[in-house]
Amino acid sequence: MQAVKIVVTGPFNAGKTQFIRAVSEIDVVSTESKITDPAERIKDETTVAMDFGRITIEDDLVLYLFGTPGQRRFDFMWEILSEGMLGFIVMVDSARPETFREARYILQVFRSYAPTPYVVAANKQDLSEAWSPEDLRIALKVDPEVKVIPCVATDKEQVKNVLLELLYTILEQLELEETELAEEETER
Amino acid sequence: MALRGNLRDFSTTQLLNLIHLARKTGCLTVRTPSEAARLYFRDGKLIHAHTASHDGHLATMLVKAGKLTAEQAQKILTRPEGRNDVQLGMLLIKAGHVSREDIIHSVRHYMLDIVYTLFGWYDGEFEFTPEALPSADRILVPINLEQVILEGSRRLQEHERLQDELPDLDHTALRFTNGADARLRTVNLTVEEWRVISFVSPRNTIRVIAQANNMDDFQVRKIVYGLMQAGIVELVRSSGPPAGAGAPGKPGAEQPPAIKRSLIERLINRIKRI
Repeated sequence: MQAVKIVVTGPFNAGKTQFIRAVSEIDVVSTESKITDPAERIKDETTVAMDFGRITIEDDLVLYLFGTPGQRRFDFMWEILSEGMLGFIVMVDSARPETFREARYILQVFRSYAPTPYVVAANKQDLSEAWSPEDLRIALKVDPEVKVIPCVATDKEQVKNVLLELLYTILEQLELEETELAEEETER
Repeated sequence: MALRGNLRDFSTTQLLNLIHLARKTGCLTVRTPSEAARLYFRDGKLIHAHTASHDGHLATMLVKAGKLTAEQAQKILTRPEGRNDVQLGMLLIKAGHVSREDIIHSVRHYMLDIVYTLFGWYDGEFEFTPEALPSADRILVPINLEQVILEGSRRLQEHERLQDELPDLDHTALRFTNGADARLRTVNLTVEEWRVISFVSPRNTIRVIAQANNMDDFQVRKIVYGLMQAGIVELVRSSGPPAGAGAPGKPGAEQPPAIKRSLIERLINRIKRI
């Protein structure tokens, strides 16, 4: 049985747990705890170690979705979770600009781990105060070639779309590497 | 789509940069408990600005520029044509009180004073209203935001904020952005900024650039931040010799496993069917 993984990261309350829940075939194994810090009482519980979802691809292949804890005091988990990932998704709460700086920081940290493909999911696009994906791209200083995908993490179809866009990005990168390899061999 | 928030989270520099890059047209309103400002943009260029305490009428601008006295302005503003900047401008030029250049210069300085003041606001609700433009009787002077951002950043004195934007000088380097050459032709750089630019390379960390130019952390942060906001350079991880133990870049970071196209295609097919 081969297992591959995709990591879903982003600031506190960006919607990572919800995202994984939308497509996981098992109840998400969520290591959540009650929030005690009044500043973080936007929701009742938060992920402290990781969320864990699964999609069986075929008998011999399974995809795991790992959600990272959103609070920086648990960032020691990020590097552990990122090892060997196919790619990662940065979830951003489009309606909370106060979290954009944190999202930029997380993006930079994950990019520093390994040159892995990634996409940005502009979550909560159903809220009236949500920033558009185009504005988010500029706010987060996301490179033009990186996809910023509008998303509502409670909507399964939109979550599937984000996952598919990441996988297409991985395919594109593989094709690029294959082309470069072929060119090198031709030169030899 | 809303473009709303607080300067605590998204600074004036970042806002102007967004408006510039997205070539937005509309009105940016910023409110603090003691002051409010309205800035108008067309295609990403600043075209007009006023605050709650400075009404933005031409007469007021000319007083500020020393072209009219406060008494003259008061008299003008009581007359109907005094409230119409375009009409007033033509009258004053015809009467030989001011030249066309005087007016453009005064309007430009008035707007820049307001926008530079905004760089010093760190807390205030902002909202961008797309397509909102000033009334037709106002004199609009388009100002390129690149230069404004660069100058505003020069004035940005808050050390902590700079530190927040550029926390790691030891493992971060700089590279030129796409189109940096064109931007370099349109902005005026100081000698210090040119000195930093001459060291831009993925192999030189910002710390190395600072040491080579005899600059302290604050000076180099200030210059690099300004160059970033003007879209001339961007941050990259240093490609120089591996940094010491505990570096966040983790030179020994595990590379992703070799993956095959067929595996990704299987994942795609399955997810489509969920």
